[in-house]
Amino acid sequence: MSGFISIFLTCLVFFIIYQIAKASELAGILRGEEKTKAQTNRLMAWLLVVFFLLGLYGIWLCHDYLIDKMLPVSASDHGVQYDSMFNITLLVTGIVFFITQAALFWFAFRYQASENRKATFLAHNNKLEVIWTTIPAIAMALLVIVGLRNWGKMTSEAPKDAMVVEIVGKQFNWIIRYPGKDGVLGKKDFRMTNDADNVLGQDWKDKNNHDDVVLQNGELHLVKGKPVKLIIGSRDVIHDVGLAHFRMKMDAVPGIITTMWFTPTVSTNEMKEITGNPDFVYEISCDQMCGKGHYAMRGTVIVHTEAEFNAWMRMQQPYYAGDKATETTAPAQPEQKTDSVNAITMK
Amino acid sequence: MSDVIIQGPNVAHTHSAHGEHHGHEHHEQHFISKWIFSMDHKVIGKQFLITGIFWAVVGALMSVFFRLQLGFPDETFPIMEKFLGEWAKGGKLSAEFYYALVTMHGTILVFFVLTAGLSGTFANLLIPLQVGARDMASPFMNMLSYWFFFLASVVMFISLFVQTGPASGGWTTYPPLSALKEASMGSGLGMDLWLISMALFVVSSLLGGLNYISTILNMRTKGMTMTRMPLTIWALLFTAVLGVLSFPVLFSGFVLLIFDRNFGTSFYLSEIFIAGKALPHIGGSAILYQHLFWFLGHPEVYIIMLPGMGMASEVLSCHSRKPIFGYFAMIISLIGITVLAFLVWAHHMFVTGMSPFLGSIFVLLTLLIAVPSAVKVFNWLTTMWKGNIKFTVPMMFAIGFVSLFISGGLTGLFLGNSALDIHLHDTYFVVAHFHIVMGVSAFFGMFAGIYHWFPKMFGRFMNNTLGYIHFFLTFAGAYLIFWPMHYEGIAGMPRRYYDYTAWESFNQFESLNAFISIAAIIVFFAQLLFVVNFFVSIFRGRKCLVQNPWGSPSLEWTTPINPGHGNWEGEIPTVYRWPYDYKDDGHGNDFIPQTTPLREGEESH
Repeated sequence: MSGFISIFLTCLVFFIIYQIAKASELAGILRGEEKTKAQTNRLMAWLLVVFFLLGLYGIWLCHDYLIDKMLPVSASDHGVQYDSMFNITLLVTGIVFFITQAALFWFAFRYQASENRKATFLAHNNKLEVIWTTIPAIAMALLVIVGLRNWGKMTSEAPKDAMVVEIVGKQFNWIIRYPGKDGVLGKKDFRMTNDADNVLGQDWKDKNNHDDVVLQNGELHLVKGKPVKLIIGSRDVIHDVGLAHFRMKMDAVPGIITTMWFTPTVSTNEMKEITGNPDFVYEISCDQMCGKGHYAMRGTVIVHTEAEFNAWMRMQQPYYAGDKATETTAPAQPEQKTDSVNAITMK
Repeated sequence: MSDVIIQGPNVAHTHSAHGEHHGHEHHEQHFISKWIFSMDHKVIGKQFLITGIFWAVVGALMSVFFRLQLGFPDETFPIMEKFLGEWAKGGKLSAEFYYALVTMHGTILVFFVLTAGLSGTFANLLIPLQVGARDMASPFMNMLSYWFFFLASVVMFISLFVQTGPASGGWTTYPPLSALKEASMGSGLGMDLWLISMALFVVSSLLGGLNYISTILNMRTKGMTMTRMPLTIWALLFTAVLGVLSFPVLFSGFVLLIFDRNFGTSFYLSEIFIAGKALPHIGGSAILYQHLFWFLGHPEVYIIMLPGMGMASEVLSCHSRKPIFGYFAMIISLIGITVLAFLVWAHHMFVTGMSPFLGSIFVLLTLLIAVPSAVKVFNWLTTMWKGNIKFTVPMMFAIGFVSLFISGGLTGLFLGNSALDIHLHDTYFVVAHFHIVMGVSAFFGMFAGIYHWFPKMFGRFMNNTLGYIHFFLTFAGAYLIFWPMHYEGIAGMPRRYYDYTAWESFNQFESLNAFISIAAIIVFFAQLLFVVNFFVSIFRGRKCLVQNPWGSPSLEWTTPINPGHGNWEGEIPTVYRWPYDYKDDGHGNDFIPQTTPLREGEESH
């Protein structure tokens, strides 16, 4: 019922606005078209100026209100570069924004039509045009140089001593695999996957798999100050490992392996102090639309000190359940699969 | 039916022989051939526009529904159940339908409104009128173009009502999500209908585009050299070129997706375990689809922007009573944008794991687009400088267009730079960026065009007061909605989430989301104000009593107030000068029409 009332009220408001608009048009004609036009013109010129000034005030208000809700300091070394580059770009675009918007609204006000004014016939001016082609070109070149330097660093090869962790997306959570004591992730074949005892499709014939640790609770444990290389994959559709606090992101694509590396620089406990939030937690958000549970595909990152991490790691059991798993899946798998299955096996 | 339906400029002679006869001829046309299966470019333009308005209302209403969910995730809205039934049981939108609405909102607005509704309308209306042709090169293909669009619309509309819901994988419909029925409800019949509808849409767009190009190149009236064409025509020409060259690539991408979905091929699928079983597909690449999609997807952005740029140029110049500044620079920058548009598609894919080196090239080419865009902005500003500006409703929208284009364009510099995109990708920063620049800004270009050429379309004016209210509500609303979204994106808030309340990192924006939703709903109603104004003015608007109400030198204003099929009675006028001669004509007018011969000693531009 309330729905119909609100629809009725909306229609009523519409009708009233429409009648007012119609009446004002008629009144304008009665008062003399030229005079009304001149008045409207002045009014609009003023309204644009008011709009501009209110807009500036609004920008300030908005900033003031939201600045406390932004991300805390970057928790990775790449993130620090990101932040500084963001600020440079913001400065450049900010200057251009204020100059051009101010010019737009000022010209509109300053050159509003009046009886005495005549528009200047000005069709082009080569000198001006060359200047304002060159300046943006130079500014862009600078931004490209800064950007590519950072891009090169972020996408470079991970350091040799980086710890390797696999993270695999599935509808709708993250599975994380550590290589175990041997430091090597065992081979996988997606055809061996089953949700009961082999969520990642590990090939149990590969001994390297036997000590691998698999976490199905979406917790990614990292060490402060130690570079980490994520081996990213997906079981079903495209997902994306989004690490907002680390300013990093990479798609998880089925059939393809992507990687991303960074060095966490702030531990979870330190971040709790920095933010003053005892419940603070680094979150992994899925940033690529992956189906109805996309919005709830949440993982967490826990950044430990080295000692804490080692203690935690000692508590973990390998995922390998023993010989029975090998027996049940092996007969289904012919010995040699030469096609692209090899492409996803890894050392 | 008449045998004098004019097919091209070569018929001009036949026409003059018939003399006044022509004017009466078309009153006798049957209703169906005049208004429904019409081959008159002006009627087809109106058909595109009205279909576009219908879709715009549907698409915007969808955004109201999902904004209610985003702004008030804990509340229920029983009224939604009235509209959506099962999909919003108890007044709470289901997650599946939320994604379906987001997907359809994108598809509808990008393709059906801002492609077909925008260039379909204005290319049809303006090209023959402004280059001086009696109709399009092929009026029949032109009619087909509309009816293919209509068919596409019908199929898409039907898909809204199928049991498993419409497509719901986002407007980009990336496989495997869109390819596998197991992956999502919307990837069932809804997705098939989506693909069929889009295939029909591509056909429509190609038929239209080829027509626009051949009309502009071949059917200009005597004296209408390429460099005497208004910038609207230049913009529409490049829009059509972009569409003709890139839509077929999208089509190929869709065909492969149809094969993967229905015929067991593995173009996009590899090594997938879903719904408890491993699929047989091996060797495909999900990224291949993204390349094919964005090879259209990026030019598509310019297909949406260029007509607005052209119309804003025309409107700014006309209502400033001053020639467009840097006419040639404007054309060259259009060419630059068109060429670069084909070379930047992979900037949508920086985080798909593509080669970092390839990424670098795309960064460079992407930021290069800022140069022609900046030139255009400076030229628009200089066009207003020292003008004699009349703040008519179209002029207000053109000014708004420039303001929004600046705001939305500048944030592109963040996203185009891969090292920043690595954080901002798929956050609300992207949503804010493209809504401002190719959403609202393109709409402002379109509104400027509608208010400006409404008298040409219907021989009446739209209501000014409503126009001004519409302008200020939309202009302020657009900034209120999208400006704060940048902050959410910088904070890493991902787009396409149904609910943020469970996220420690993103739930601090709850009140902001509510604010944005309220603003969006108000703006939605402001658009209805426009729709009412539009339709009432067609029948009841103030009559346009003069041939050239805005004092514009271009050719469309030399036709009768209500031009019949064939546009000009008598011969098509000859053109002697460029379309921006806003100077004293010696009789107290501040412009000289294109049809006025050069005076003695006067140099052509």
